[in-house]
Amino acid sequence: MTAASRILTARPAGRHWPPLLLWSAAALVALFCAIPPLYLVVRAADEPSRAIDTVFTGSTLALAVRTLALAATVTALATAIALPMAWLTVRTDLPARRLFAVLAALPLAVPSYVGALVAIAALGPRGLLQQALEPLGVERLPSAIFGFWGATFVLAIFTYPYLLLTLRPAIAALDPRLEDLSRGFGHGRWRTFRSVTLLQLRPALTSGGLLVALYALADFGAVSLLHFDSLTRVIFSRYESFDRGGAAALALVLAVIALSVVTLEVWSRGSRRYDSAHGSARAATLVPLGRWRWPALAFVVAVLTLALVVPVGVLGYWLVRGLAAGEAIDGVWSATGNSLIGAALAALLAALLALPVALLATRHPRFLIARPAEVLAHTGYALPGLVVALAFIFAAINFGWLYGSLWLLIAAYALRFLPQALGATRVALLRVQPSMEEAARGLGRPAGNVLATITLPLARPGILAGGALVFLTTMKELPATLILAPIGFETLAVRVWSASSEAFFARAALPALLLIALSSLPLLLRALSGRERERASR
Amino acid sequence: MTADATPAIEARNLRRSYGGVVAVEDLTLDVQEGELFALLGPSGCGKTTSLRMIAGFEPSEGGTLRLRGTTVSSADTFVPPERRGVGMVFQDYALFPHMSVAENVAYGLDSSDERARRTGEALELVGLGGLGDRSVHGLSGGEQQRVALARTLAPQPRLLLLDEPFSNLDPSLRSRVRSELREILREAGITALLVTHDQEEALSISDRMAFMWGGRIEQIGRPDEVYRDPATVHAARFIGDANIWTLPAESGRVQTPLGDFATPGSATTCTVVVRPEDLQVQAGGVPGEVLSREYYGHDQVLLVRLESGVELRVRLAPHERLGPAGPIALGLRRDPLVLPDDDAR
Repeated sequence: MTAASRILTARPAGRHWPPLLLWSAAALVALFCAIPPLYLVVRAADEPSRAIDTVFTGSTLALAVRTLALAATVTALATAIALPMAWLTVRTDLPARRLFAVLAALPLAVPSYVGALVAIAALGPRGLLQQALEPLGVERLPSAIFGFWGATFVLAIFTYPYLLLTLRPAIAALDPRLEDLSRGFGHGRWRTFRSVTLLQLRPALTSGGLLVALYALADFGAVSLLHFDSLTRVIFSRYESFDRGGAAALALVLAVIALSVVTLEVWSRGSRRYDSAHGSARAATLVPLGRWRWPALAFVVAVLTLALVVPVGVLGYWLVRGLAAGEAIDGVWSATGNSLIGAALAALLAALLALPVALLATRHPRFLIARPAEVLAHTGYALPGLVVALAFIFAAINFGWLYGSLWLLIAAYALRFLPQALGATRVALLRVQPSMEEAARGLGRPAGNVLATITLPLARPGILAGGALVFLTTMKELPATLILAPIGFETLAVRVWSASSEAFFARAALPALLLIALSSLPLLLRALSGRERERASR
Repeated sequence: MTADATPAIEARNLRRSYGGVVAVEDLTLDVQEGELFALLGPSGCGKTTSLRMIAGFEPSEGGTLRLRGTTVSSADTFVPPERRGVGMVFQDYALFPHMSVAENVAYGLDSSDERARRTGEALELVGLGGLGDRSVHGLSGGEQQRVALARTLAPQPRLLLLDEPFSNLDPSLRSRVRSELREILREAGITALLVTHDQEEALSISDRMAFMWGGRIEQIGRPDEVYRDPATVHAARFIGDANIWTLPAESGRVQTPLGDFATPGSATTCTVVVRPEDLQVQAGGVPGEVLSREYYGHDQVLLVRLESGVELRVRLAPHERLGPAGPIALGLRRDPLVLPDDDAR
């Protein structure tokens, strides 16, 4: 044994250190995720008295309450839509149930600012409805779509799929015997639903509800277009008017609110966290809807009309009208190219950053920094895109060369969507049996070589799926793109935003439709692969 | 095999625990060059952990491990598995699903001209010559097991570790694959350590074996020694069939249903072990009554109730006493094994 290899192998017995390269890479990712948020604190602390004045005023308190109220009503309305939608498409004899099951998740592909644009274009004071009513002498509709209730409606309609997607597997996994048992005790349907079904669905409801609440807290595009002053809109306008200290202080308030909501959810999950669905002992029978069949169908059709048919129809109408009026569309293609490049780079970076963290978490879970690195890598999950963007701007000021660089935007995307890549990579790595890697090492290959020849090839489908998810989420991202995109780097999202904030609906229509089309691809793929799995398991 | 030759495996006081629960305590054993050594015990006894410590997949928390004279694990040394020169066959075979049979087998070989030749040789050795291009998905359980073996043997390791290698095979295949493996190891002169919970497997193919219980080795010896003279009650119970009674002892003697015997030391309670085949029909022996009979062809086992009410199992030659019931008188072929009671330990 050479002296060098003796040093490498000399370790206290019983302490199994992961390879240096692995844990130091994971530590760097964790630092990368932790530092930008810290810059918010640094920036706000530059002028501590101003920051305190900004934060601790009645108007900030009112702002925070308003924002939380929006998140609460959106979550409540989204639950009221998602719970029946999920139950009807999983457990009942709803006509065309399988088709509706696929369609019900699709509104996720409509970015909320596109949804807001459609709402204004259709129901605004001089929208399509007004135009249709003009012959009757209606000059202007009341601006009911703007403000709190308009924002609630738009956000709920386009975020309920988050709840739907977490509820559906939970509903499918419900053990029908428990319900039978409860009915057997003479409890009525409603009591059974409340005491048995709802209780079993609680973990799915809270984790899906958390996604919706975080979305509503973080949403910038829809609330801005609908003129509702939530925290994000106020932060953005302060930033635009060069009150950067104030923007940083309010961004901190938003970050604290978002983190509290996440903490609350983790805390409420408590010991139930590992209650995974064991699958039902027998296939659940479909509940016959009887005379509720047609009202149920009407409900599902109404939701999908509002969430899918109206957006695509309205955008299509404006596109045709714009083309007829000679609206130029050439800029759309370069914006599409920019969107694709930005999203591809973000997906690549997120996948690369996720790998060491996921490897450490799955292969050396007891190692000192494995858990902290994993938690820090989830920073972007809780932080709104606007907050991440401001954090990066303030950090970039200290590294002048980064300022205005495309890489700054890519890094912000990667941090924001790292949890998606991490989740997929983690699951993929867990599926690779440890004995495969051990067999490879036993055959004389060092750890790095085993990673390249066994682990990564076997985990590749999952890692790619995570990257694809980041890719498509990045395409839709708005606030970080608005703040960090280099001059001249116009993406589809930015194009929709700038056209719609000036009410140029025709100009916004094509990029918006492109965004919806691109975003629905993974949902359709997911639905198809889910069906295949269902078929294979039969 | 001489006593002073360097052992292939020299484990001294290896130890491993998980979150305060001791999995392996003071593992000390020597495996000689060329030996096929079995580590036998019930599931959860620490035998797989022991194997993994020797392979280098688990660090030991104490003790030293030398492989062919080289220290690979001690207080200040840890040689990673890929540099221990040890081949391992896994219970689930761990074949690489994204590679063909030949690619699997070639994985442990350096890229050289020899590679193709040695891959072919290894496949021939396990009787799978010509199957190199197949995907591992289409193979039967027995074939997968052979590919795993060929893959492990291709780099010509001097030491082979096998973790329950036959447990995923059909019982009908098991004994054939077992004797084939033994032949392959003999011919190649490979030392092997085999972990199993199947006592028949350990007894039939090993040169020497160790019995593990609760993280400790309770006995090491040739299979016939361990069977004839189990060192502990656990070993007696786990390996083979036995009539076992725990009885009080007085002044160095213990009173059993079959007579009066000397006890080791001054134990106040001891365990008496009588193998069913150590009993015989004997005129004037202890009287009893046959309750039932299990006929196996090569022998038969009677369930007998003695007049004292004690029930015991008696193994007889197939032609002896064919009646299914009736009176019987029993005697011992050899003195029973009397062990100080170690359940209390």
